[in-house]
Amino acid sequence: MSLPVVDYLKLPEGEDPYLEGHKCKECGSIFLGERNVCSNCFARDSIEPIKLNNTGKLYSYSIVFRSFPGIEVPYISAIVDLDGGGTVKGNLIDCEPDPEKINFDMPVEVVFDDALGRKDKDGNSYISYFFKPIS
Amino acid sequence: MSDVYVLGVDMIKFGRFPERTVPDLGAEAALLALDDAGLNIGNMEAFYCGNLGQANAMVGQRILQEIGQTGIPVVNCSNACATGATAFREAWTSIKAGLYDVVLAVGVEQMGTGLLGGAGGGTGIPKEGLLGSGTMPAVFAEAGMEHARQYGTTFEQFAKISVKNHHHSTMNPKARYQIETPLDEVMNAEMISYPNTKLMCSVNVDGAAAAVLVSEKKAKELGMQRAVRIKASVMTSDPYQERDLVMPDVNSCTRKAAAEAYEMAGLDSNDIDLVELHDCFATAEMLHYENLGLCNEGEAGRLIDEGEVELGGRIPVNVSGGLLSKGHPLGATGIANIYEVCTHLRGEAGERQVDNARIGMTHVIGLGSACGIHILEKV
Repeated sequence: MSLPVVDYLKLPEGEDPYLEGHKCKECGSIFLGERNVCSNCFARDSIEPIKLNNTGKLYSYSIVFRSFPGIEVPYISAIVDLDGGGTVKGNLIDCEPDPEKINFDMPVEVVFDDALGRKDKDGNSYISYFFKPIS
Repeated sequence: MSDVYVLGVDMIKFGRFPERTVPDLGAEAALLALDDAGLNIGNMEAFYCGNLGQANAMVGQRILQEIGQTGIPVVNCSNACATGATAFREAWTSIKAGLYDVVLAVGVEQMGTGLLGGAGGGTGIPKEGLLGSGTMPAVFAEAGMEHARQYGTTFEQFAKISVKNHHHSTMNPKARYQIETPLDEVMNAEMISYPNTKLMCSVNVDGAAAAVLVSEKKAKELGMQRAVRIKASVMTSDPYQERDLVMPDVNSCTRKAAAEAYEMAGLDSNDIDLVELHDCFATAEMLHYENLGLCNEGEAGRLIDEGEVELGGRIPVNVSGGLLSKGHPLGATGIANIYEVCTHLRGEAGERQVDNARIGMTHVIGLGSACGIHILEKV
């Protein structure tokens, strides 16, 4: 069985994977990962988990041509504002790594797939998330 | 409260010194700054030392072992790329508080080669190239592309910043490189993370810089001829922004620090004659023109297009060559840029001298984030 690549990726049994946010009930700020105190409004015990949407818009990006040794390039490092709130970062796939082909605010969907074949030292495989243009 | 002055300040020529040690480089800069002030280590009442790579290894004390162990308090600090400015500001704070009259600050770093950045952290598998990129060229490219998104800033405009800073460095013998890089060379250099090519990334170098800070009383006693007044010393961390978790924010902490610095100095951006700002990448410099109030919102591209930020322009930026060509030894950068501004205020910058420089600003960003800004004034 595959493991989630980050703790805010949820793999509920028998249901579709989703990204989880943590939202402050007081001010509405959305975080990735659990926390006790809101870093925007300082409210305590106000954070509740929410299901983030699987669609969003490209906010910013870079096309990476040189990375750490062993990492396959090029790839598009993308920052996506999800519809309904929350911002996540990941690889934009199925899109040419060419600035002419990448438009700010282009609609994308969040898709879930194997983590490029990467395994941990115990041989476990992982499920990751990716962004894919919606045509 | 006493004004605080820089009485002595210097840096070593930045370069690659794999055969030397961090304390050795720091000691050299400390002695240069002490000589510049006409003092020796026996006159220092406290020592603030900035270094990142050996933050747990008592670098300040090891420097004293090389230049004189007098028993003074030593504070070792690390604050990412704002480390040097943090050490300098701690020194300033101690004099402001009335604890000391003469204090030493040193920033020093020995760098490796290759890309800096995080691999995403956590357990399991590497996240680099899977959940985007945590390399610094990519992170700052994304910050620059936010500006492109808002104002249509172009690859060519970002590249022009690198052309300018490399040109400036040809006049700075202490810079790592003294090489002109024409626009086509910058744009055709190896693309690291679009829109940052290799020539639009700061240079990993070894380096050290140091300053002797004194109270007004001490400055008057020792002679004010070459003293530089610290008009403002400000540090901020990054206030909450909605994209913080995936997009380290270098803008809001700079804006907050700039506003506080101008207020502390009783000045505005029109009073500034030169700026040394944190051009860790060409994309970063573009953002800080607006963040520091050097132009109106959305005008940064015009500023570089029209040459306003070149030596001889309205507000010269990074006449030292900046991190892009002078080099970026992380812990030393925040004092090296204070050396640069002081050198202009003293009228000792030679070929790259900014005419009639009276007031200058230094700015650094440590990602994570810390911002340090100093405003310095000719006495």
